[in-house]
Amino acid sequence: MALLELSDVSVHYGRIQALCGITLTVEQGEVVTLIGANGAGKTTTMRAISGIRPLSGGRIRFQGDDITRLRADLRVVRGISQAPEGRGVFPGMTVQENLEMGAYARRDKKSVPEDFDRVFALFPRLAERRSQVGGTLSGGEQQMLAIGRALMARPRLLLLDEPSMGLAPQFIQQIFRIVTEINEQGTTVLLVEQNARQALTRAHRAYVLETGRIVKSGTGAELLADTSIKEAYLGVA
Amino acid sequence: MHPLTTFLADAWINFDVGSLRDQFWSNTFDGLTYGAIYALVAMGYTLVYGVLNLINFAHSEVFIVGAYAVFFVLSGLGFGPSAPALSIGALVADLLLAMVAAMLVSAAVAVILERVAYRPLRRKGVPRLVFLITAIGASFTIQYLIFIWRGPSAEPAVIMFRPEAVFTVFGADIDDQQLTIVAAALVLMLVADVFVNRTRLGRGVRAVAQDPDTATLMGVNKERVIMLTFLMGGLLAGAASLFYVMKVPSGVQYSGGFILGIKAFAAAVLGGIGNIRGALLGGLLLGVVSNYGQTLLGASQWSDVVAFVVLVVVLMFRPTGILGESLGKARV
Repeated sequence: MALLELSDVSVHYGRIQALCGITLTVEQGEVVTLIGANGAGKTTTMRAISGIRPLSGGRIRFQGDDITRLRADLRVVRGISQAPEGRGVFPGMTVQENLEMGAYARRDKKSVPEDFDRVFALFPRLAERRSQVGGTLSGGEQQMLAIGRALMARPRLLLLDEPSMGLAPQFIQQIFRIVTEINEQGTTVLLVEQNARQALTRAHRAYVLETGRIVKSGTGAELLADTSIKEAYLGVA
Repeated sequence: MHPLTTFLADAWINFDVGSLRDQFWSNTFDGLTYGAIYALVAMGYTLVYGVLNLINFAHSEVFIVGAYAVFFVLSGLGFGPSAPALSIGALVADLLLAMVAAMLVSAAVAVILERVAYRPLRRKGVPRLVFLITAIGASFTIQYLIFIWRGPSAEPAVIMFRPEAVFTVFGADIDDQQLTIVAAALVLMLVADVFVNRTRLGRGVRAVAQDPDTATLMGVNKERVIMLTFLMGGLLAGAASLFYVMKVPSGVQYSGGFILGIKAFAAAVLGGIGNIRGALLGGLLLGVVSNYGQTLLGASQWSDVVAFVVLVVVLMFRPTGILGESLGKARV
């Protein structure tokens, strides 16, 4: 049984169809990446999985349960947590408070301090900035905070939406390293990226999204070697 | 004297600087008392605005139904047009009972209002203007429902106690009524502030105010947070209604919430709408300034004119209000 299973998922914005019947699976323990151009529907897919965007068709299953109609906040309790596109750091809250927001839905409050330690070990920078307000962090720090905050929910599935967007190259490297590290610690990751080369290198499997449809899928290595992918997404002629 | 000034002075405006000087401190203390009431009501506007970006114009009616609850409870307990001869303990118990009743009634009306009028619109995702006109419609609906039920005239006065001077500061008396109102309002505002800034649920409220979608991704139930803000606003407005009846015993009337609501809204904007501490500051400032204006210009009608002129002038220089920004975004 797959951890996450989307079957024939469609999403409409008004009369515009953003997703046209997407089917994908994420197995326990994997890093799966979803690559595609701007407007291909990557973020929409993430929002559909976390329940922010209602479906106009299809089903979503998580750990075998149908969560298609489950409220978004309850999906967090089930174990899906997301670092959203644009980071979504709460600008008026401190780093500490932002991280506490990540643990908002947690039932096992006792183990929250452990997760603080874990997040601060992954991102020592956040520990230094603990009492600084979110809105004053740099872009890279905000991205670390968004990922750390998502981890505070102790998710079974971590959704990362464009974690490298707008970051300086040394931060991008660091973020991708950490994605692998998080996965090695046992968290399944679904990663949306425009930085296809990095994403494909890190991922076990990948899907390619074009105008709301999945046009290709395979292991990261397979897609890295694929001629049409090279041309379209890796900038190799 | 310039002829225009003479004309204005003769015909219309008379700046009575002497009176203002003489009554400055008593105006200040009384203004703070009214200001505390404005501030409590302003909280309801500010909380709901912070979370929904909606100006809940029906909040003035949430407040006035509380005043009716105060009237009925106190009348039932035998209060009437003259102050009752009660021991201090019994009086406090009666007033607390009236306050709790008013808080519950106002909170219930606020929550029902949210359910009946606003939630269905939210589900449909209508434009913001629709919310605004719905709020105004809800305000009138509640007002005229009260009118149909109780008629056009004010309820008979219920006097809770006769204010007595407790001490004198700068030659002006401070009475026990003023002390009660200001102290109780400050305590309630402090509780609200601690709730929003220091508790888990309060953090959920701030999260929704700052970024509703991301708050949902953290597992915050947005609908519950919205209900909670209406509930809190209602509780505080209910408490305010007790102090209002204390100060204005004959003010329990179907339309009685209107002006007070507008002033409380102005207080919220003055302090920075969406900002809890701004509501307190704006309320106190508006209360004091209204009183000065009234004394300086010689008639109570001037009180609102001055209050709104001050509002406009402040907004010209600080369009987001004195403390600015909204609920959570304010960097405390």
